[in-house]
Amino acid sequence: MTDITITTKKDWATDQEVRWCPGCGDYSILTAMQLMMPELGVRREDTVFISGIGCAARFPYYMNTYGMHSIHGRAPAFATGLAMARPELDVWVVGGDGDMLSIGGNHLIHALRRNININILLFNNMIYGLTKGQYSPTSELGKVTKSSPMGSVAEPFNAVSVALGAEASFVARTHDMDRKHMQEMFRRAYDHPGASLVEVYQNCNVFNDGAFDAVSKRANRDAMLINLVHGEQIRFGADHERGVVVDATGEAKIVNVADVDEGSLLVHDETRPNPAVAFALSRLASGPSEPTPVGVFRAAKRQEYGSAAGAQVADARAAGAGDLAALLRSNPTWEVT
Amino acid sequence: MTDIAEPQVGGEVEKVVIRFAGDSGDGMQLTGDRFTSASALFGNEFSTLPEFPAEIRAPAGTLAGVSAFQVQISSEEISTPGDEPTVLVAMNPAALKSDLSRLAAAGTLIVNEDAFEERNLEKAGYLENPLEDGSLTGFTVIPVPMTRLTREVCEPLGVKPRVAERSKNFFALGLVSWMYTRPTEPTIEWINQKFSGQEAVIAANTAAFNAGHAFGETAELGSLVVSIRPAELDPGTYTNINGNTALSWGLIAASQLSGLPLFLGSYPITPASDILHELSKRNEFGIRTFQAEDEIAAVSSAIGAAYGGHLAVTTTSGPGVALKGEAIGLAVSLELPLIVVDVQRGGPSTGLPTKTEASDLMMALYGRHGESPMPVVSAHSPSQCFDAAIEAARIALTYKTPVMLLTDGYLANSSEPWKLPDVDALEPITVEFATETNQVNEDGEGVFWPYIRDEKLTRPWAVPGTDGLMHRIGGLEKADGSGNVSYDPGNHGRMTDLRQQRIELIAEDMPLTSVDDPDGAKLALVTWGSTWGAVRSAVRRAREDGLSAAHVHVTHLHPFHRDLGEVLARYDRVVVPELNMGQLVKLLRAEFLVDAQSVNKVMGQPFTAAEIEDIIRRELAELEG
Repeated sequence: MTDITITTKKDWATDQEVRWCPGCGDYSILTAMQLMMPELGVRREDTVFISGIGCAARFPYYMNTYGMHSIHGRAPAFATGLAMARPELDVWVVGGDGDMLSIGGNHLIHALRRNININILLFNNMIYGLTKGQYSPTSELGKVTKSSPMGSVAEPFNAVSVALGAEASFVARTHDMDRKHMQEMFRRAYDHPGASLVEVYQNCNVFNDGAFDAVSKRANRDAMLINLVHGEQIRFGADHERGVVVDATGEAKIVNVADVDEGSLLVHDETRPNPAVAFALSRLASGPSEPTPVGVFRAAKRQEYGSAAGAQVADARAAGAGDLAALLRSNPTWEVT
Repeated sequence: MTDIAEPQVGGEVEKVVIRFAGDSGDGMQLTGDRFTSASALFGNEFSTLPEFPAEIRAPAGTLAGVSAFQVQISSEEISTPGDEPTVLVAMNPAALKSDLSRLAAAGTLIVNEDAFEERNLEKAGYLENPLEDGSLTGFTVIPVPMTRLTREVCEPLGVKPRVAERSKNFFALGLVSWMYTRPTEPTIEWINQKFSGQEAVIAANTAAFNAGHAFGETAELGSLVVSIRPAELDPGTYTNINGNTALSWGLIAASQLSGLPLFLGSYPITPASDILHELSKRNEFGIRTFQAEDEIAAVSSAIGAAYGGHLAVTTTSGPGVALKGEAIGLAVSLELPLIVVDVQRGGPSTGLPTKTEASDLMMALYGRHGESPMPVVSAHSPSQCFDAAIEAARIALTYKTPVMLLTDGYLANSSEPWKLPDVDALEPITVEFATETNQVNEDGEGVFWPYIRDEKLTRPWAVPGTDGLMHRIGGLEKADGSGNVSYDPGNHGRMTDLRQQRIELIAEDMPLTSVDDPDGAKLALVTWGSTWGAVRSAVRRAREDGLSAAHVHVTHLHPFHRDLGEVLARYDRVVVPELNMGQLVKLLRAEFLVDAQSVNKVMGQPFTAAEIEDIIRRELAELEG
């Protein structure tokens, strides 16, 4: 649809009372989404939000679009079916770290692998919120929760690394304290043809308050957030005094710019066909306590699943639409008189 | 070339049951299938039973590796692949050992004697060669050096002996075709088509087939030759079809009848995978098939497509249904049309993946969390899977509900003649999508409430893209009408009642119970699913013997046919033979307070008509005694 539809933020909000805990990071994500949507110039009718289960998964109830609150972990699979059946729709998927990386890990990786045209938002709060505070697949080692009273002994997932390992063609990270950056990342995800994954660092102020403070608090951002900008050297710090290089082993490392040849700093290229460098960037921080890259890690061109599958159907039909009577006679037949 | 005399016909018979048995690599399924096709084109009635191991190639020559194909050919109407084979073709000792017990008394045994050497005998567990130790006395044994003769006839063609050996199944096919005066042209034609471009294979298979055909003559087996007249079937065009193909075509027909594109989300599983294969070949019908990452994604993708307005289907077998249970519960709550096909197999767990069973009925009805009623429909013969698929789609689309369609491994792979329906005469399926708002909000604006119901208690189907009908649906309990999340106790009670009532209402729009009872019997045999075939044969045979038994068949398991209770009440005795430990019988007893008795068989095989006839005799004797 090339027509631009004029809408306002209000048009994208439903009449339902939002039921997240006061102070939850999900509110700012919702606002960012409702603000971004009018920028796209699309119809609410052509937009669908599909979620699984968890706090994040309540998201569709608050977006005045078509929507489905499905079952735990499976949202990417519901979205895949809808996107295959109705490729003209804009299909968004919303889930948390438990939904997407634990019970639904299989669906997430396969949706990314196939590169079906859906936009997946992973609200990562590093905890199970709706079930009241168990450790999640992104909780750090040693995390003390109700189900890990002596500290978690399970190595966490890095959502961006998982996505890149799953052949994702678009991977980005943002955080709930920066509305503009969220809007930009959502928009980039929307623009990308294929499966997009946006990890949103999201504060759960009830069960895991301040989990991202070390990187996302305004005072810490300059020193702790590494903003990835396509075509530019990767530098951060108040005076851009720190940078990223890739060493001979392929590992990404943080350096003081003053200590290295400035030309050796890594120039960020989202479009590299090989995800190795993007993966190296994803490993810069072992968690949100170290300088952490945000922005688009990867936006590479790859065959989109739904259109490829649709093209096979179109090709077959171009040779003649199916004829049921002829199909029934496609094996040897005989006449009885 | 010598002149081949007209075979001296040993006689004419009404029917014959032939079982081809050999190693998994011997091509027995293909042999049986070709023999069936030739018989079909000749005009016989037939019914087949392919049986193969779960392993693709179990160790050669072992009992585990035996693959068999049984076919009954008849000049009369039949509904089973036959109880006891009258002819057993055994390609190796393992096949003989595993299948000899099935052969009818004084039956004919055709064996590939070349395979009866020490190593193969040992693998099959024979201490002595059964062809020589007198243990086969009582059968007509025809030992044929099939491997050697095939090699010999292929040698002048320049085909390597190892390659030639693979054609020995065509030798067997030629011999059996000769015995039953089957036309040879269809098989020769098929060989040429199937192996087009592989000249050596065509030459070897054709030579082996002709050699087998000639062997009967030269070995003076003329006394074995019998003919089976073409059956007197209804006039029309027929084809040979198995259940999985018929079901696939039924889904395509339902798509055409409803005008909705077909979406299949599926994950490979025996014995359902052939439906995925068949539909994947049919892109020209606008079908989208999706091989998902797992069973859960398969059903979930289908529900996503249903939300988008497609005729959505997921196909699987019992273990897959177990995995899909949570998502089917969501479909019940969302009230979206969805067809779940369960091609049942032996269970529990991996069980007997290639064998048949009908033990998922309770799971179909009750295998979900919460109160989550959904219609359950079953198919009863291979070709009838076509109609059953259309019926499942009709209910799903008309009543906006998931529907479980039960078939089984036997129906899936068995084949029979199918009189092609007139596709123009098939009843269209009317589907209406919501296009208008149906409520006015406080500000006087039109809004769409997804859970406002019509007289069928069905909610509107509003697909994404429809102007002004944005709405959200989900697994949380919904307020009656608005569909907004509701935790209100009274509302949950009301919604639970509505979900149950709307499924029960479907009974008003369903066929009545099928009753075959020409003479007002006292005894009724009640069936569902493929057990229909054996019971149909058995009650008809019993009637020929002057015994009176009714056959009551249930095609709709939930809701039940609205006259079923009344039908059952007519009989002094109700017996329910099932390929499970007694599932329908429990439902009938619970629903209708009828003292129905259970007869079970859980052996991975269908009932034989003889087993059912024994039951009829026993029950009638008890009734009269």
